[in-house]
Amino acid sequence: MSELESPPEKKRPGLFRRAWSFLLELWGVLIRPSSVFALGVLVLAGFVAGIIFWGGFNTALEVTNTEKFCTSCHEMRDNVFAELKSTIHFSNRSGVRASCPDCHVPHNWTDKIARKMQASQEVWGKLFGYINTREKFLDKRFELALHEWARFKANDSLECRNCHSAQSMDITKQSPRAAVAHERFLFTGEKTCIDCHKGIAHHLPDMRGIPGWQ
Amino acid sequence: MIRKAVILLLATAIAAGTGTLAAQTLYSGLRGPTPLNDEGPAPPMTPMRNTAEREARNYPEQPPVIPHSIDGYQIDLQSNKCLSCHARSRTAESQAPMVSITHFMDRDGQFLAAVSPRRFFCTECHVPQSVANPPVSNDFVDIDTMLSRATPGGRR
Repeated sequence: MSELESPPEKKRPGLFRRAWSFLLELWGVLIRPSSVFALGVLVLAGFVAGIIFWGGFNTALEVTNTEKFCTSCHEMRDNVFAELKSTIHFSNRSGVRASCPDCHVPHNWTDKIARKMQASQEVWGKLFGYINTREKFLDKRFELALHEWARFKANDSLECRNCHSAQSMDITKQSPRAAVAHERFLFTGEKTCIDCHKGIAHHLPDMRGIPGWQ
Repeated sequence: MIRKAVILLLATAIAAGTGTLAAQTLYSGLRGPTPLNDEGPAPPMTPMRNTAEREARNYPEQPPVIPHSIDGYQIDLQSNKCLSCHARSRTAESQAPMVSITHFMDRDGQFLAAVSPRRFFCTECHVPQSVANPPVSNDFVDIDTMLSRATPGGRR
C-alpha cells in the first residue's frame, strides 16, 4: 500500500501497454527473416515440432475417447454406465463389448472432431452441474436422448453399423421375428437401426409421443 | 427330579433325531441327493423359447404365453416395449397380435381409448417360456378333452 501511495520516480507503463509493446516486438521478430538459424534448421525444427504437437493432440484426443475417461465423472458412472452394465452391449456370451465412444463418438476423423467440439458444451454442463444429481439427470434424459436419436438417424446409425453390418447379417441365424423385421425394414432401407432399437443400452425416458412408442 | 429326567430324555431324543436326519440321504427328483439343510448347485439357465409361433391356450381365460424372448424389454412408467409391437396402432407394421380389447377396460367395465393402467404391466400375466424339461410332468387335461370322453369325470 505504501508503495502505491508514494509517487514513483519514473511512471511505469500499465499492464495493457506493456503487453501490447511485447506483442509488437514479437511480431517484429516473427516477420523478419532469421539471421541466426539456417533455413534447413528452421524447416526441420518446424517439422519435428509439428510431429510432437500433432502426436500430443491426438494422444490427448484418444485419452478423452476411452470409457475410463467417460466414467471418471459420476454423472456418467452412476447413471448411463450403470444402466449399460446389465445390457447385452456390456455382458454377453462371447465377451465382445461396446464401450462408450464406440457408440457415442463417430470413428471418422472429421465427424469425430465435430463431435468433440460439440462436447465442449458438455464440459460447460459438467462445470456448472447441469446433471450432477440423479433427479437433474432424469429431468434432462429426454432431451439428451433426443440428441442421440437425431444423430443416429442423421448418419444412418453409422455407429451401430461399425459393428453390425447388414451385409454380414445372416438372418437365417436370427429368430423368425427378427429375420422378418430386418428383411422388411432394414434391407429395404426403409428404417435405420435406431428407429426400432431405442433404449438397448440405457433406460428410456418417457416415450409418449415418440413414433413407434405408446 | 422327574423334570430333570424329562429334560434329559427330550435332549437325547432331539439329538438322536437330528443325528438320523443329517445322516440320512434323501433322494428327491427335484433336489437330487442334496441334504435338506443344504443348498444344491443351481441348475443351468435354459434359453427362452423363441419361435414366435403362437401357442394354444390350455383354457379360454389363460393369458397367452409369450412365444419369444423378451430380454432387456423395458416395461415401466416411462415406456412399454411390448406395446411398440402389440399396441393397436402398431400391429399393421409389426404384424403382432393386438392387445386384447379387455385390456382397454377399467375396473368399472368402461372401455378406455388405450390400454388401461391396470393392464399396463404385461409380464404380470404374460410370460415367456423356457425350453427346460419340467422335472415334474403336468397331467392337466383341458375341457375339450374332458368333454370328448365317453364318460365325463370317469377314468383319467
